[in-house]
Amino acid sequence: MAFRDLIRERFFPHIWCPGCGHGTVLNSLLHVVDKMGLDPTSMCMVSGIGCSARISGYVNFHTMHTMHGRALPCATGIKLAKPQLNMIVPMGDGDAMAIGGNHFIHACRRNIDMTAIVLNNRIYGMTGGQYSPLSGRGVLATTAPYRSIDDDFDAVALAQGAGATFVARTTAFHVKELSKILTKAIQHKGFSVVEVMVQCPTYFGRKNKMGGAVQLLEYYRDNTAPLGSKKLEENQNLIPRGIFVERERPEYCEEYQNVIALAEGKE
Amino acid sequence: MEAVEINVLWCKGCGVCVAFCPKKALSLVGEKAQVDPELCIGCGMCELYCPDLAIVVNKPTKKNEKVTEEGLS
Repeated sequence: MAFRDLIRERFFPHIWCPGCGHGTVLNSLLHVVDKMGLDPTSMCMVSGIGCSARISGYVNFHTMHTMHGRALPCATGIKLAKPQLNMIVPMGDGDAMAIGGNHFIHACRRNIDMTAIVLNNRIYGMTGGQYSPLSGRGVLATTAPYRSIDDDFDAVALAQGAGATFVARTTAFHVKELSKILTKAIQHKGFSVVEVMVQCPTYFGRKNKMGGAVQLLEYYRDNTAPLGSKKLEENQNLIPRGIFVERERPEYCEEYQNVIALAEGKE
Repeated sequence: MEAVEINVLWCKGCGVCVAFCPKKALSLVGEKAQVDPELCIGCGMCELYCPDLAIVVNKPTKKNEKVTEEGLS
């Protein structure tokens, strides 16, 4: 099976702008599922609203396109009913950290076995370039014409603090690293958070005069460094990439099964 | 089967593959990606980078050529 067999070809070419990083993440995810030999019928993808959420329409898995920020609660429901499914929840930065912020931290806390991918393009693309909680101070956006005065969330630190058992960050430039991290995140038993810094040439790049897709990818290449690298040690301003947390904790579906067994008097 | 298949109906001409091909084997012709088979080593980076899922690389890279995001090493 090739990665092309995992998509709904009738919906291509996709809706995303030329050079959009979401396409690269979809591409990488399909390569990972193909390489891992996962059965498409064992895969489930639940998404919310936004550019990133359109991913669920393109993959030939079980999919559900739900409400803004509410992908994780819907995914939690499905996972509890069918724990055998490999659950993938792609979310945008606004979807995950603003509208769905509360759901995000509680999903981390519960440690339910699914992979949450935060596609961080630092802007609300679909609605016209408003700043998001991950835009950061000094960013230009439709709603911040004199630059944003809001500090951004560190999605990795937030997930770590909320108790996620697998937390990683990479970028759409580092495609091989992205594939490796996604593979590990899917294999991990528990709640996995992967923040992927992606480019939005249409709104973020244009508004901030940072150029097109190529220039934004070069920015991610030049301004990030792997955890534990000399490059990162020498320059604290670089954004760290890699796997921040990988640990084990009781998984929610299994714990829930124990409760059912207890209630039925089997234990 | 061609070494590199490019689906021109899906290619949106963003130029990401052109910029990050380690051998500079790709170019944009009429806003569509095109490969020079003479230069291509079949590393598959463009297939992974393409945001439009428009590229499939069928040619395997030679074992002695290790390709990363930063280019050839």
